[in-house]
Amino acid sequence: MFAYPDGRQALFGVDFTVERGERVALLGPNGAGKTTLVLHLNGILGSVAGGTGSGRVQIGGTGLHREHLGEIRRKVGLVFQDPDDQLFMPTVRDDVAFGPANLGLRASELDDRVHEALVQVGMQDHADLAPHHLSFGQRRRVAVATVLAMRPEVLVLDEPSSNLDPAARRELADILAGLDVTLLMITHDLPYALQLCERSLLMNGGRIVADGKTRDLLADADLMSANRLELPYAFNPLSVPGPEH
Amino acid sequence: MSGDGLLVAVESPVHRIPAQVKLVALFIFVLAVVSTPAAVFWAFGGYAVMLLAALVTAKLPAPVVSRRLAVETPFLVFALLLPFVATGPQVSVFGLQLSQSGVLGAWNVLAKGTLGVIAAILLSATTAPRELLAGLERLRLPATLVAILSFMVRYLSVVSDDLHRMRVARESRGYLGGRAGQLKAVAGGVGVLFVRSFERGERIHLAMQSRAYTGRMPQLSTHGASQSQWLVGLAIPLAAILIAIAARVVGL
Amino acid sequence: MGVHVPDGFFNAPTSVATGLIAAGAVGFSLQRANRELRETGPALAGLTAAFVFAVQMVNFPVGAGTSGHLLGGALAAALVGPWTAVLVMSTVLLVQGLLFADGGLTALGTNITLMGLVTVLVGYFLTRALLKVMPRRVGSVVPAATVGALVSVPVAALAFTGLYSIGGAVDIPLAKLATAMVGWHILVGIGEAVITATVLSAVVATRPDLVYAARHLQQDLVLVDADGNSSTVSPDRPIGAQPAGRSLGVGIAVTLVVAGGLSLFASAHPDGLEFVGGKLGFDGAAKDSAVAGSPLADYGVHGIGNTQVSGALAGIIGVLVTIVVGLAIAKLASLRASKAS
Ligand SMILES: Nc1ncnc2c1ncn2[C@@H]1O[C@H](COP(=O)(O)OP(=O)(O)OP(=O)(O)O)[C@@H](O)[C@H]1O
Ligand SMILES: [Mg+2]
Repeated sequence: MFAYPDGRQALFGVDFTVERGERVALLGPNGAGKTTLVLHLNGILGSVAGGTGSGRVQIGGTGLHREHLGEIRRKVGLVFQDPDDQLFMPTVRDDVAFGPANLGLRASELDDRVHEALVQVGMQDHADLAPHHLSFGQRRRVAVATVLAMRPEVLVLDEPSSNLDPAARRELADILAGLDVTLLMITHDLPYALQLCERSLLMNGGRIVADGKTRDLLADADLMSANRLELPYAFNPLSVPGPEH
Repeated sequence: MSGDGLLVAVESPVHRIPAQVKLVALFIFVLAVVSTPAAVFWAFGGYAVMLLAALVTAKLPAPVVSRRLAVETPFLVFALLLPFVATGPQVSVFGLQLSQSGVLGAWNVLAKGTLGVIAAILLSATTAPRELLAGLERLRLPATLVAILSFMVRYLSVVSDDLHRMRVARESRGYLGGRAGQLKAVAGGVGVLFVRSFERGERIHLAMQSRAYTGRMPQLSTHGASQSQWLVGLAIPLAAILIAIAARVVGL
Repeated sequence: MGVHVPDGFFNAPTSVATGLIAAGAVGFSLQRANRELRETGPALAGLTAAFVFAVQMVNFPVGAGTSGHLLGGALAAALVGPWTAVLVMSTVLLVQGLLFADGGLTALGTNITLMGLVTVLVGYFLTRALLKVMPRRVGSVVPAATVGALVSVPVAALAFTGLYSIGGAVDIPLAKLATAMVGWHILVGIGEAVITATVLSAVVATRPDLVYAARHLQQDLVLVDADGNSSTVSPDRPIGAQPAGRSLGVGIAVTLVVAGGLSLFASAHPDGLEFVGGKLGFDGAAKDSAVAGSPLADYGVHGIGNTQVSGALAGIIGVLVTIVVGLAIAKLASLRASKAS
């Protein structure tokens, strides 16, 4: 359960488990509470953070309590919906270094970590630029790098493919598919969910209404239309390869 | 408005001087200018020549400087009124009755204001915002203030763009209306802009927390300025101090 | 104002003195805002500063073909609290001075004192004071802050005049300067008030929890769990909120002290005396500004022997008149609003 400080309640009881190494898509219409839910996963919202609401979160056997907050936030990396929210430092390099520096890395160790993360997303040549000099897709990639630099065990992405051109969208998929982490990805891009995630959770009205194989959910026309989900024109979820192939 | 301030991104010896040196230099220079008696005209000539030399060394295009000088206009008007409204002995110029002290006062405001603005342009056109922040940090500006400054600089263009988009949206939907209506519409848009900005601030804080932020921003500046850099950077302000002292001692 | 004082406008001692005032105020605000900044993060203050910066570029017509723009001190104070607002306004001025060469570096202290300190404190304490005597709901903050904004601008103009009387480069008849400044800035203040009112109404309508000055007026939240049971939770308590019970006096007192004190300064200047004697330096109609015909044109209370007291009284009366006018506008606005709904 959780309500925002203006009194709007966004979560009404949500319960699910994700296994280590699993890739799960979180689907649902606008305003379903997806973003709100993932902000609970590292204790940014909810009672741990001093907000209103109740419930329990466990990451890799560690319960989410105030005293473990630092550890949980190190394990769970969150990539926000809008890269401008995530890139707040004066240059790309400063920004990617922000997390690792907070973890105590310094000097060459820090530089190496930053470089490695930027190489992973192919942005090493833009390290000294200011974020507002980058294109949207570039900012999204740097946003992913800022989180990768923290070497999270669980990577949570909020609509990573939105506003990307087709090539950038595919490149990001390649990056994500190559990572050895547990992945939870919010998306309205259903083919993307099918391509990257074997399992999907479907949210609506602050509750989880379905949990199963992505392919099965997408093929269930009644479930889909009841939750305002629509496949792209002429897209058949049963005839495209998924991550299991 | 751009998040780069007035930066003119070229290579020059002035660009290469560390920001903290330039900040100190600017401050000393302007202080010297401000404390020079208005009637010592040659002193202001000296300041102007030194500034001009610095502008040329910094490879700043003249239009950049002159355009920016426009911010002075309101005080220009004020200065031009001074000869008419000031009290004291009057002089007659082209049939106009002008106050002597008013004329000198107008010159005082104009000369010092203009030199101050040009010196400030020299700083902002040759220093990237990030360097400026690092320089302020070096000069021991409180960390919280540096942090607020750095967020402000980063999001200046984002917020201005939001504002611009909202205006375009309003106008493209054919919003007309009288003066009052327009004021109201603008203000309403500004209200939405605040909520947006504030909520973005909240989300940024969340993004920071999820990257292990615990209340301390990482340092921006990595190394200080060398002795020779200080020497080069402070050459002009030191000369300005000499001029200011000479102006006070020698007078005219 | 609305325009930034450049270098050399005031003499060096005045610049140093206001520099010290500004530094002290920023230091004090840093300390007072520390707790809320730790909780909400510096990003929020930075974004608010970016907002104020952007909004200062929106011009509104004042009259006679000229325009003014929002200073935003009173608005920022109502939205994020006085101490954060002082930091926000100082940050805006620092960025304008260093990145955009707007406002002299040696005049930074003066600019912070006038636009970052006087407008914020006058606006905020007046707002809080008025809230004490208004209906206890979040919406009351709109008329209260409107009056705060309206008054804050002429008071800052008065403060400017006061500084000019101490450290202005040239002797000009100060009473006339005060008249022109205050008269003009009452007009600018009306624009400021309208924008402040509309911005606050928009914020109260969408995110009432964001309005710092009205956080103590918020209602409790109702939570519903998965089974449909509801419970009541109090929203996050305001951080560092004023304990209730401090009277209307604080706000009015701050305003009057600033207004009266500065007018005292203004009229203490020898040239201020001439005015009361009716021997003004002004002589051509060309220099008579539009404000000369305003009700405040005769800035100085005639018939009172001590000229300094007279000038101070005039300042206070000016502010009081502004408050009354502001209250009337606020009343009118809320009447119209309730009629509309
Ligand atoms: N900061 C906030 N304050 C108040 N209410 C909020 C806030 N953020 C979200 N909400 C509300 O909470 C509900 C869930 O929002 P949330 O952002 O979690 O949706 P979402 O599933 O991520 O939607 P989208 O697909 O549009 O991103 C919505 O009704 C929204 O209006
Ligand atoms: Mg969302």
